[in-house]
Amino acid sequence: MAEIWNPSKECMEREEMRKLQGKRLRKLVDKVYHNVPFYRKKMQEMGIMPEDIETIDDIVKLPFTTKQDLRDNYPYGLFAEPMVNIVRLHASSGTTGNPTVVGYTQKDLSVWSESIARCLAAYGATRNDIFTVAYGYGLFTGGLGLHYGVEHLGATVIPTSTGNTAKHIKLMKDCQSTALACTPSYALYLAEQLAAQGITHNDISLKMCILGGEPWTDNMRKDIENKLHVDAYNIYGLSEIMGPGVSYECECKNGSHIIEDHFYPEIISPDTLEQLPYGEQGELVFTTLTKEGMPLLRYRTKDLCSLIEGKCECGRTAVRMSRIMGRSDDMLIIRGINVFPSQVESVLLELPEFEPQYKLVVDRVNNLDTMQVQVEVRENFYSDEISKMIDLKRRLATKLQSVLGISCDIKLMEPHTIERCEGKTNRVIDNRKLK
Amino acid sequence: MEKTKQLSVFLENKTGRINQVARILGDNGINMHAFSVAETADFGIIRMIVSDVELASKVMKEAHFAVRITEVVCIKCSNSAGALSEILDVLANANVFIEYMYAFSEGDTARVVIRPTDLELCLKVLNENHCDVISV
Repeated sequence: MAEIWNPSKECMEREEMRKLQGKRLRKLVDKVYHNVPFYRKKMQEMGIMPEDIETIDDIVKLPFTTKQDLRDNYPYGLFAEPMVNIVRLHASSGTTGNPTVVGYTQKDLSVWSESIARCLAAYGATRNDIFTVAYGYGLFTGGLGLHYGVEHLGATVIPTSTGNTAKHIKLMKDCQSTALACTPSYALYLAEQLAAQGITHNDISLKMCILGGEPWTDNMRKDIENKLHVDAYNIYGLSEIMGPGVSYECECKNGSHIIEDHFYPEIISPDTLEQLPYGEQGELVFTTLTKEGMPLLRYRTKDLCSLIEGKCECGRTAVRMSRIMGRSDDMLIIRGINVFPSQVESVLLELPEFEPQYKLVVDRVNNLDTMQVQVEVRENFYSDEISKMIDLKRRLATKLQSVLGISCDIKLMEPHTIERCEGKTNRVIDNRKLK
Repeated sequence: MEKTKQLSVFLENKTGRINQVARILGDNGINMHAFSVAETADFGIIRMIVSDVELASKVMKEAHFAVRITEVVCIKCSNSAGALSEILDVLANANVFIEYMYAFSEGDTARVVIRPTDLELCLKVLNENHCDVISV
């Protein structure tokens, strides 16, 4: 059995945990009511005062928070601390120009590192391990989040980041790294590249993969474990709540343990917004019980899953979450990056050369996600010179890359070949097989 | 000074697309004198010299094709070794840049369609050098 990093929290008796959560929720509500005008206004509209919150069960009285609320309050509107106490910002891509910005105090970063250390210990990692972190370093929370967590554990981190597979493989081999943190699709891609170079599991020291950032399945787990001769574990998180490390699997690989003393989970019906009992599938909602910089009440993740109650064989008592079964909105996750079709639309609306209609074709080729954007050129902008048409494609690709954060393939279509329906048309064809 | 109007049609790369272009033109009694296809991985452009360019443009637009009319230069020269290089030398020496060109021959004569960057300059140079610029 792997060591439990923080047994007093991870194995806390349920009643004690509920008391702790209730106490932290009271403090949190008091803090946001007095420091975040957005929440004060919402609570006043609903007729709720901080003193109405006594136990964790009172959470259902509180307002929800959505991604749109984050955009509307861009950049600092939801911060509950003065900027002098904020030591780091991360940001995600935005639909209409505004990204969502999240801020952390020094204590938030400590909680984050400790949370990831709990995850890593549950996977069986120790101070003796050497990690390559192949999540993007930068505005995305994956790279830096894992990075400081590995250091907090006391293990060694090699910040390989994304994009340089050849160097990554060389470092894995020469530095004898034992653990790999990346998206599941990148793990499969890496396995393929290793095989292509004739490198077998005997030539490397890898024993575990820490995978997250995009939905994956047990079949993908088996595939990765067989190809790389490793144990592969899920790590879940989202930047609005913190980043990776909100929940993690243990060696039982039977649901991801939620770090409940910091992140309180609920499942709601996306239609009625009513809280659903454990075991039922619905939208996952988190309240950041201890966050200082940008605490959120009942943040709707739009991820669909169910919550599992009961003590795990590993000894942990925290509620576990099932795999993510889908989304309650139209967000796509491409190579670990969140993409909304509306972002593509906003780019097209800015470029007079293109019609606003589009179609997205998503696929997975050689284990890497691909996205093709099919567009029509406006009548006056067609040229009979190939180079000018290719130039149009290139301009759109560059613009899309800067907004979406991923590269995509552009396909120019003939006029009137893309459906023009009123209302919600299905603009996305996702050919990835995840079931 | 003779310019010729060329019709270009944007096409996705898919089976049967050129047939449709040919059929629509045929159904409207429009004859294709010459054509060429330029292609990339996902789209192509068919360029044509047709018997009635305005009508062709109209019927193609009605069928929802993206069309453009471009002015080009047509030359007649002898269908013999070295004939084309003489003409191209003349143009190159006068710094006329050619975007694209295509040609076809029949019997003793060949016809060359040229799309220069500078149409006026190209025509001037060809006329000065007594090349046989024709109108189609």
